[in-house]
Amino acid sequence: MSAVAFWGAIETGLLYGFLSLGVYLSFRILKFPDLTVDGSFPLGAAVAATLIVQGTNPFLATGLAVIAGGLAGLCTAWLSVQLKILNLLASILTMIALYSINLRIMGKPNVALLGQSTLFDQVVLPLPHLPPQLETPILLLIALALVKVGVDAFLSSELGLAMRATGMNPTMAQAQGIATNQLILLGMSMSNALTALVGALFAQIYGFADAALGIGTVVAGLATVILGGVLLPGLTVQRATLSVILGSIVYRLAIALALNVDFLGFQAQDLNLVTAILVVITLVAPNSRSALQTFRKRRKAAYRS
Amino acid sequence: MIHLDSIQVTFNPGGPLAKRAIEHIDLTIPTGQFVTVIGGNGAGKSTLLNVLSGDVTPDQGRVLIDGQEVTHWSSARRAQLVARVFQNPLMGSCAELTLEENLALAHSRGRQRGLNLALNRSLRTSFKARLSQLGLGLEKRLGDRMGLLSGGQRQAVSLVMSTLAPQKVLLLDEHTAALDPKTATYILDLTRKIVAEQQLTTLMVTHSMRQALDLGDRTIMLHEGRILFDVSGPERAGLTVSDLLQQFEAKQGEALADDALLLS
Repeated sequence: MSAVAFWGAIETGLLYGFLSLGVYLSFRILKFPDLTVDGSFPLGAAVAATLIVQGTNPFLATGLAVIAGGLAGLCTAWLSVQLKILNLLASILTMIALYSINLRIMGKPNVALLGQSTLFDQVVLPLPHLPPQLETPILLLIALALVKVGVDAFLSSELGLAMRATGMNPTMAQAQGIATNQLILLGMSMSNALTALVGALFAQIYGFADAALGIGTVVAGLATVILGGVLLPGLTVQRATLSVILGSIVYRLAIALALNVDFLGFQAQDLNLVTAILVVITLVAPNSRSALQTFRKRRKAAYRS
Repeated sequence: MIHLDSIQVTFNPGGPLAKRAIEHIDLTIPTGQFVTVIGGNGAGKSTLLNVLSGDVTPDQGRVLIDGQEVTHWSSARRAQLVARVFQNPLMGSCAELTLEENLALAHSRGRQRGLNLALNRSLRTSFKARLSQLGLGLEKRLGDRMGLLSGGQRQAVSLVMSTLAPQKVLLLDEHTAALDPKTATYILDLTRKIVAEQQLTTLMVTHSMRQALDLGDRTIMLHEGRILFDVSGPERAGLTVSDLLQQFEAKQGEALADDALLLS
């Protein structure tokens, strides 16, 4: 793998780390299988790109993209808790609605940000000798670390603990006076706000927004959360959020490796296939270890008798 | 004080599966009274408890707690007045959270939750003091996951949790039914102690006539959604399980056919 591919994978891994934190909130904390992210990711990109092209300050554009993502999450949660639509279906409905909404926002299937001043042009690190390919990863790392600490602090608060109880044991949570519906609304909007942030930053790093950008976002998000749990198991929130970020980076490196190793013969168009295979491996690997042990034990026992 | 005024509950009203769980119940429980509720399967015991906790909204009648009408309050809102311990030890706490996190959740019951840290040193100290009263050594296990505790330990912790925040009513839903006899005795003694110490207005549903007469100051027997009889004071003090059975047969004109009530 070339240095460019390596740093590119690190950068993507850090960028998608926000998505991993978001999916961690919905999937792990609230136990809410949320496909909205397939729509809120391009939503963030569409809002940020459209506003920046129109001359809005990139910080403001990014902030508005985050709010738009939060509203998308709120919509899914509302369909689920208020209208009692099955959570998975509610998220699919929001996701397909967002496809049209994203096209409306952009007014066309894609928006290019060529020559526009982005958030990454406006923030200059006080490190003059820094190689240019490291600048974006370091900025992302700082922002991601801040968001991680923020998520940790929130989940350790009274409200955050109530949100964790909501996902684990809603009956008990209600008996302790927790308005579980409100916490699902809050958690889902936080999750999708983080996803839209990834979209907004994606548009500014790679210079475009596209309506079809969201395909497979949820799979990538879940893969990183599950991979993180395998790589760095643990029960505390701080460890879990660190693990999903680590999962995100390792996941992108694995994809880069798969696409760059010649003898495998994978090309860019095989990305989603490689993704699916990687997810299957991460899901099965922790179980197969014990399956292998059982197999060995059985064989040993058979050998003895 | 609890006041139930002409409560009626129907499950699946209007449909072919409609079932009247509570026919008509009027009940007043003065502050500090410990009431045990007995009855066979389908008598309406759990439904009565759920009407008080807010999990079931009656189709008719009113629920008042300390003079405040709470008939249409959700169970989450009701939690500021009502604490409960579930039958299933796994139900009353979060297995994946630590002991101290579960206690912190109970500590905030009925209060607005904000962005303050859920746990701090003074809370931990007070939790330790409360747990050490159990005599189970749990005060040394604040950081352990709840799932590592046995059913009896979890039930003991649930009882402690129900007293961490102020409440008007304590609801015990067959809270020893899932435990072995020795642990059940321990939990019942603990219940008696906690209720007496804090003078809680308590409603305990039980399947066991023995328990119903041993604990508390008043016993109510439900049958087919009605209060069949209601004894307290000296009349109750001399009552035995066989008296209770005779009363049931006399009032109902049929023999009690629920083995669980007789055997446990």
